[in-house]
Amino acid sequence: MSPPTEPGEIDALIAQVARLPGLGPRSARRLVLHLVRRRAQVLDPLARALARVAEAARECSLCGNISTSEICPICTDPRRASGEICVVEEVSDLWAMERGGAFCGRYHVLGGTLSALDAIGPEDLRIPALVNRVRDEGISEVILALNATVDGQTTAHYIAEMLEPCGVRVSALAQGVPMGGELDYLDDGTIGAALRARKTL
Amino acid sequence: MEWRDQGVLLSMRRHGESAAIIEVLTETRGRHAGVVRGGGGRRMAPVLQPGAQLDLVWRARLEDHLGSFAVEPLRLRAAEAMADRLALLGLGSVCALLQFALPERAPQPVLYPASCALLDRLGQEGWLRRYLAWELQLLEATGYGLDLSRCAVTGTAEGLAYVSPRTGRAVSLSGAGPWADRLLPLPPGLDGQGGMDRDGLLAGLRVTGHFLATWLAPALGDRPLPEARARFLRAVERS
Repeated sequence: MSPPTEPGEIDALIAQVARLPGLGPRSARRLVLHLVRRRAQVLDPLARALARVAEAARECSLCGNISTSEICPICTDPRRASGEICVVEEVSDLWAMERGGAFCGRYHVLGGTLSALDAIGPEDLRIPALVNRVRDEGISEVILALNATVDGQTTAHYIAEMLEPCGVRVSALAQGVPMGGELDYLDDGTIGAALRARKTL
Repeated sequence: MEWRDQGVLLSMRRHGESAAIIEVLTETRGRHAGVVRGGGGRRMAPVLQPGAQLDLVWRARLEDHLGSFAVEPLRLRAAEAMADRLALLGLGSVCALLQFALPERAPQPVLYPASCALLDRLGQEGWLRRYLAWELQLLEATGYGLDLSRCAVTGTAEGLAYVSPRTGRAVSLSGAGPWADRLLPLPPGLDGQGGMDRDGLLAGLRVTGHFLATWLAPALGDRPLPEARARFLRAVERS
């Protein structure tokens, strides 16, 4: 039988959990208590999963996605070699795109956006790697799926400029009314963008 | 402490999980920071973009506290500028320079309306010329205004062709003499009179850039000029 856990170790675990996004000390305490009480069903499998991920998780050397191998499954899948690359800011954006299943090409994760405020320049992002991929992989279209923020769109324009000599088609996601959106609840900017991007029926 | 005013959002950075710290420019309070509760959330994301015109209520227990803002959007300029690369870079440059150059909480009775007028016209006919005039106003408002009214050597108001990089005063062709190659070219129209072509505009931006970098930046602790301005200048050169 293993020795009883010291309260100090429980406290240390609570402190670690409280640092996770969306959690504070109280919710961390509740969560840790839940784990400890359901050791076999929850705590042990979770600990094993965490150890496996800690051991294996890494950035895909091609696209920057998180995976457990050197090259992620999306980059190794031959069915996704459609000649299209979708550029996203963060891995969470890639996962959001994959959730919808609407895109069946490959991705490129920049790791952020150009930001004057945070002094993030092109050399801090994976933009040179994107230009190399476009040249080496025979890409026909680059889809810029960057956030509709000033920094996101500044980055999009910068990338379009960098890719100009490659002669590749560069497109960006449309902006407008979201699914189920009601005009009354939309901000003025979105309504304006939707109106400018209107299409003939 | 409480006040209400309108202002232009200069920057926003997330604070904790759901709040944001914003910096705004107002006419009577100048560049002013404060916390927006819930400002880091999805609902406020379209509102808290640089360049947005906001209705602001600031509250704090003491005047020198950071305080918190309650904000209502009045005009979201970023959304209008996003489709136009040059306008978007111009917006970034204006906001970055204002944040870089202005002291905190000093009223800006001239620069605030000038900045609003420029931001309202981004991407419209003749806006680049307005941008150049705005940079001259920025230098003026920070105490580094140029004197382009008459020649520093001869006193004449005619034939002004250069700007002294040391004094910021205009120099006429005849007054420049053998020092002409050490002076900055003064493009026609920089003094606000007459028209200005693209080359003149670029020359004008180089003149203002010189004084922003050699006069203003050293006075602010020798920080480099915001990269946003360099990016904007490169885009103007390529346009």
